[in-house]
This record gives sequence, structure tokens and C-alpha cells, in this order.
Amino acid sequence: MNVLVKDPIAWTDVGAVTDIPLRGARRVPTPDGDIAIFRTGDGKVFALKDACPHKGGPLSQGIIHGHAVACPLHNWSIDLASGEPMGADRGKGCTPVVPLEVRDGRLLLGRS
Amino acid sequence: MPKEKLVVIGNGMAGCRAVQEVLKRDPDRYEITIFGAEPRVNYDRIMLSPVLAGEKAFEDIVLNDEAWYRDNGIALHAGHAVTQIDRDTKVVRTASGLAEPYDRLLLAMGSDPVRLPLPGAELKGVVTFRDLDDVEAMVAAAAKPGAKAVVIGGGLLGIEAAYGLVRRGMAATVIHLMDVLMERQLDASAGFLLVEAMAQRGVDTVLGAQSEEIVGQDGKVAGLKLKDGRVLPCDILVMAVGIRPNVALARDSGLEIGRGVIVDDAMRTSDPAILAVGECAEHRGQCYGLVAPIWEMCKALGQTLTQGEGAYEGSVLSTRLKVSGVDVFSAGKFGGGAECEDIVFRDAGRGVYKRVVLENGKVAGAVLFGDAADGPWYFDLMKSGAQVADIRETLIFGQSVTEGLRGLDPSAAVAAMADEAEVCGCNGVCKGEITGAITGQGLSTLDSVRAVTKASASCGSCTPLVEKLLKLTLGDGFQAQTGPKPVCGCTPKGHDEVRRRIVAEGLKSIPAAMQGLEWTTPDGCASCRPALNYYLLCAWPGEYRDDKQSRFINERAHANIQKDGTYSVVPRMWGGMTSAAELRAIADVVEKFDVPAVKVTGGQRIDLLGVRKDDLPAVWADLNAAGMVSGHAYAKGLRTVKTCVGSDWCRFGTQDSTGLGVRLEKFMWGSWAPAKVKLAVSGCPRNCAEATCKDIGVICVDSGYEIHVGGAAGLHIQGTEVLTKVVTEDEAVWTICAVTQLYRENGWYLERIYKWMARVGLESIKAQVEDPEARKALYDRFAYSQRFSRIDPWAERVAGRHAEEFNPLSRRMEFAPS
Repeated sequence: MNVLVKDPIAWTDVGAVTDIPLRGARRVPTPDGDIAIFRTGDGKVFALKDACPHKGGPLSQGIIHGHAVACPLHNWSIDLASGEPMGADRGKGCTPVVPLEVRDGRLLLGRS
Repeated sequence: MPKEKLVVIGNGMAGCRAVQEVLKRDPDRYEITIFGAEPRVNYDRIMLSPVLAGEKAFEDIVLNDEAWYRDNGIALHAGHAVTQIDRDTKVVRTASGLAEPYDRLLLAMGSDPVRLPLPGAELKGVVTFRDLDDVEAMVAAAAKPGAKAVVIGGGLLGIEAAYGLVRRGMAATVIHLMDVLMERQLDASAGFLLVEAMAQRGVDTVLGAQSEEIVGQDGKVAGLKLKDGRVLPCDILVMAVGIRPNVALARDSGLEIGRGVIVDDAMRTSDPAILAVGECAEHRGQCYGLVAPIWEMCKALGQTLTQGEGAYEGSVLSTRLKVSGVDVFSAGKFGGGAECEDIVFRDAGRGVYKRVVLENGKVAGAVLFGDAADGPWYFDLMKSGAQVADIRETLIFGQSVTEGLRGLDPSAAVAAMADEAEVCGCNGVCKGEITGAITGQGLSTLDSVRAVTKASASCGSCTPLVEKLLKLTLGDGFQAQTGPKPVCGCTPKGHDEVRRRIVAEGLKSIPAAMQGLEWTTPDGCASCRPALNYYLLCAWPGEYRDDKQSRFINERAHANIQKDGTYSVVPRMWGGMTSAAELRAIADVVEKFDVPAVKVTGGQRIDLLGVRKDDLPAVWADLNAAGMVSGHAYAKGLRTVKTCVGSDWCRFGTQDSTGLGVRLEKFMWGSWAPAKVKLAVSGCPRNCAEATCKDIGVICVDSGYEIHVGGAAGLHIQGTEVLTKVVTEDEAVWTICAVTQLYRENGWYLERIYKWMARVGLESIKAQVEDPEARKALYDRFAYSQRFSRIDPWAERVAGRHAEEFNPLSRRMEFAPS
């Protein structure tokens, strides 16, 4: 698993967990491109760089099922916890995972 | 030698259990004194829910009566709250003036219910659900005929409180902040079933609701106002939003405090003479609010106080709900996760949902709804960390099935069964009857065995056994998958069965469809969710609430995603006609938003390419202002109606093809379909609108209108076939709407009209649309559905609907930190 920020020195409050619909995602723009924060059907949250390892498709726009997202461009399924493609595309690259913490219902994104 | 003095603060479940654990090990060691704030003997707080529901009386839940204290020589000071611990002199003092010296002091003060600091929280009739006084207040409120209750908090306690109040004759509504009831114990599928089960028992649920204010009248609660403005009237309001460890006394005494009183594995606090157990204690960063961990803590404490160092290592939790007839169990990682594998079993007939989560070949968690008999078994497997790879196939069917087959090759086990051994418990069918029917009547499919013997036709849990019998009896002659192509990997059922049963069984939401059709995954996949969403939308127009998260991005954003993540915007141009005003507005939008590319499409409209997602609502606002609406160029639904200029201008035109095209588009726009639907109307057989390669095409002739269907000009190229010929324009519209509706109702998701036609046959379609009554019925259903569809999705979003779809969550990280 690739971790975008190894040793985050800053956490930024980017909103409430409930700002993201269940089975939905929201974007957080950064100077290095968007970060996608996902909220799965069971209420868990994940953050990935908003780019599919295949052709850079914005994963935040995909359909979220279980703990995976289907890329809107070519339907690759990406594991939200690891950023790795699943199924037939396993092993073909990986989307960086972004540190994310939930404290008192708030979403904190880490960056160095 | 005088006995050591053990003083216990807290006469609740933890305090008394701890004393029992001490007495069990060394009955004569201590002289014991217990202080309790409540003026009662010790009772089972867990059973307050059944007391509230009137299913048990207070006497039934008393754990230790007065005789117990007397027989064990325990001094009980009930109704005396300890207010001070003097650690230097080792004395505790109460508000009532009692002072008691101790050698060892045990803190078991439990926890306090959290009271939300809402305006009006001090009103009479606002209670928590913690002790017998609360229960008595609720029972008193229920005495008023027609009384209403609101419970804030859809966790375990809130649901039990609401159920109890309904049993007492009140109308009760649970208000929950989250979208899933008991979300800390249940996944969305089980949460959905719980909402339904509670509704059947008279408890309403409002999910995703934030409380704003408690409304009062004459100093008494009158209702709860929500953030969205709704006011729910009530005579009593119960706050069941969690508990907070009771640590004030320990803090004042200078003990180390976290969320609770911090203890080590031997249950000692930072002062070795003082110990703590139960809900007030914090062990390895964890506070517990369930009874099982408290019992485990008390064991370790008993050890420490008698035989030396006890060792508590924390608890693994499981939960059961105490609502009669609602069987719920949850433990561990019930929601799955990365590296986890789900095994899901649903039985729609019995309302059963089971999900067992495996991680590295071991049980990591489970949620059971409707049949929780195997909960303890899964919990044991989870706690012991046993490898379950060898029983994986039968794991979900529970302990009895699995143990019955353990160590046996499933086929060998089935072969070894006696002929009179029962296979289907629901219908009492034994092995011999099944194999007899298979050979005697030449059965080869599961369905035929079900039809003839009824085996596996009820709850379905013996289906694997029946399939193995088929395989065993027929050998290679048995094909497991004899049915139609499944919708996706989440179900063995085909599209036709899914569509038919959604209508027949009145399934009106995605969770209802997944449960009713026994989906084998918790929340479907990117293939079945859009399909179900469409099938439900088509089956229940005006009633079904579209699930945005089950839509492909283009239909969610109402624009077409491009390879760089920008979008393209195509406004509707009715029948391909436009005007100077529209073109001017488009030109203005292009300049205002720096749209990088403008292109004329094959469908006779204009495409604005490269619009940033954040800009979409503003772009639409400008287009709306010029009278333009969405062209649905992104929809599995009606796209364009292409026309030629027809009899208006053309010297060969036979009919008003432009007029018909505009009329069709104005009536049919916004309709969703299994796949995209493109129309064209040509004014004469020269066919300038290329109507004969469209999904539905019209060729105007002198004597009327030829209606064509089933063309394609994409990956696959195919000319249309003539469906029928009609004389008047009205008939042309009726026929086209009727065939569209037939396709909407019978097509499989993503199946274009030409494929649907090849599957069902042109003749069957003709038979429907040429029969005037059938045609009218189809047309009427289409027209009814259109009442809810001809709404511009752009205008709705300009007005603020689903703003979260277009705005970033936060702009706080947009620039590099300085």
C-alpha cells in the first residue's frame, strides 16, 4: 500500500462525517490535486487521492459498493482501504491512501 | 485479628457482583459495607426494558434481596450518596453525615445518562432511561390516553425504550442522528429490517434527524423540534443518547481519570488501596457499557482482593436487542472491511438476514437479524480465533448443519444419509422422497424438485443439501445453473424474475428489494444497484425515492464525465430546432465560463465540453434563464428526437415531421429507460433524419406514418424493422409511447431496444401495440409516469438540490500551508 503522507504533521478539519452521504464521496481540493473522501454503506470513511491508477479517473465520482468504488471512466474497482485495484485488475498500480481520522464526528485529513 | 474493611461505593450490578466474587473466594476475609445512591436493593438494570414494556415486574429483576445482605453480614446504606473520599485517613463520608473507614475501597459508581444540552432540556417530562425512577415516570406518562412519546437516540437503549412505551399504549417515535438504526451494532441491511420490524410493532423511526429544541407548554414538554423545521408533538421525551462514566468523586479524590477511572489489569486505580469496576472504570483506554465485560472485570477484582493479582485483559463484545420477537445479534467487525470476506444469507419469507465476516480464514464478526440462535456459536468461533476454512461452505447455515457435516466431504455425507433422514425441516421431506422423485419423475432442476416435493421451498436453508442430492442422483446430468443469466454476482436471479417480483411483492426500496429477493451481498455492487434503482423507479412512479448513490456519475451529475474529470453540457433543442436567443445564451455561457470546446452533436444539438464540475449549477442557471433545460445526453432514457424540416419547408415533405418530433420530445423528455432511447422523424422516405437506424423511428408517407423500431448505429449497426403503420399523428404518438413503455417495463437494464426486440421477438411487441386496449393501457402508464419525470433536473440543482454533489467538501486545503 502506498501512503501519500508518511508522517503527517498537520491535521485539517475538512467537515463532518455526515456531510458525506452514505455510499457517497466528496472532494477536497489540494495543491497536489483532489483528495476523495468516501463514506461506505456501513458508515466507515476512507480517503484516497482522487485518481484511478488506470487513467487517473476521479474516483470520488464512482459508485461505492461494499468497501470499494467503481471508477467512473472504465469501471475498475478500487479497494478503499488499500487503494489497490480489485479483481482482474489487481496488481496494476495503486492509488495513494491519505491519512484520515474521525474525532467527535469530524473528518481530519493529514498532510505533511 | 479484626477483619479488613472493604467499602463499596455503588449498590448496582457491578458493585454487588464484585462482592459476590470476593465472597465466593474468601467469605470471611472482609467486613463489607455498601453505599448506594438509589434507595433500593440491587436490581438488574439490563432488565429495565422488560419492566418498562410490562413484561416483567420490579420484583422479578431484583438480584440481591435484603436477606442476601443480612446473610452475608453486609451493611447496606441505600439512599446515601458518598460525597467525599479522604485518602489520607482512609475514610469515606456521605452527604447524610455517615463516615466509614476502609482498608480497601471499591468504586462501582457506574455511569450517568448523557443529557443533550438542548433548549428546553429542563422541562418536566424530559427523562433519560437509566433507573427505576425513569421507568416509573414513563409508565405514568403512558397512563394518559392517546399519549405520545419521542425518544432521541436510535441505539440499543433508545429502541428498547420506544418499544416499551408502545407496549404501555403510547405512540412512540425514535429520532436518530445517523442513517442506520443501532449503527454501532448493525450494518445497513440489518438496520433496514429493524426499522421495518419496529414499524410493525408501532414504533416510528426518523433517521438522519438532528434535534434542535424541546418545545414546552406550561413548563412541561410538548414536542421536539428538528433542524429541518418539523415538530413532533409528545407528552414525554426520552433521551437515550449514551452514558458517561461517573467519575466526579474519583476526580475530587485526586485519582487518575481518563474518560473513566483508570485501572490496571488487576482493577487497581492509581491509589493501590482503591479499586474500580464496571461502567465507571477505564481499562486500556476502553470504557464498557455492557454487562458481559463487567462480569469479567468483577472476576479479576475478586481475584485481586483475595488470592493476589487478577488479570483482566479487556473484553470482546457482542450485543443482543431485548425487544420481543425481534431477534438481533451483533459482534466484532460486523461491517466487514479490507481483507475481509462476507458470507450473506437472506430468507425473505422469514425476514432473516445473516452476515458473517471472515478475515484470514477466521470469523471476525457477525450480524444476525430474524434468527440469532447461532449468535453465541459465531461469537465463540470469533473469540477462540478458530480457523473456519474447512467449514466455510456451511458456516452461514449455523452450528447444527455445520457440526452435522464436520469432517465429512459434503457429498459423502449426503450419500451416507439414510433414506428416512429429514432434509427439509420446514416441509418434513426426507432424503428418500427427494431421490425417489428425481429418479421416478425425471427431475433435473432445483425448481422442479421444489415443485414436486416442496423440499427447500420454504426457508431455503436446505437448498445446498437438495442440490447435492440432485448432483448425487443424476451425476453429470445435473446442471446447477439452469436458470437465466443472473443480474450480477450478488444474486443468482435473472432480470425478469427481479422485475416481476418487485411489482408482485410490492418491493419499494433497494434494501426491501435486496432482502425480498435474497441478495447475497450486504449492499449490492456497481452493476445491480443502478439496475434495481431503475426497476423500482419504473415500477413505482411518483412513489419510489430515487437513490442517487445507485446512479452512474453522469445521471447523478446530470452531465457527461470526460476523460479529464470535467463534464460536457448539452441543453435540449426540441426536435433539433433552436433560435437566436438560445444560441446567444449558449455563446455567452461559453465565454463566461471559458468553455474550451463547443461541438455540434449527431443528435442535432450543441455540446459544451470541458466544464468544471463546480461550475455546472452556474452554467445551468444561465441556460435555464434563456429557457433551455437538460438534454439528458447522459441518460439511460430519452435522448433526442432528430427531425428533418418536413412539410414546413421541404418540397418532398409529406407530413410535419419537425412538428411531430417536437411534440414527441416535449411529451417524452425526462423518461428513464433500461438504456438510452434515440428517436428520429423523417418527413419522407428519403429519410434525411436517418430514422431507420434509431431505437424508434418514424418515416412519414403520404398516407400516414410508418413506425420503426430496433435500429442501432454504434458498436453494432442494424436497420430498424417496421412495427406498424398508422394514419394520424395522434396514433403515431400513442404507438411510440406505448412501445417505449413496453420496453421500459420489460427491458433488462442496459439492454438497448434492438437487443430487447431480438430477445422477445418483434411479433410479441406488435401484438401489444396493435391491440387498441393494450396500447391504451401502455400509453396511460407512460403518461402517468411522465407526470413525475418532466421536471428539469438542472433547474432543481440550480435551486440547491444535492448541492453537496457539486461543491468540494472543504476548501481549507486548497493552498499549500504557509
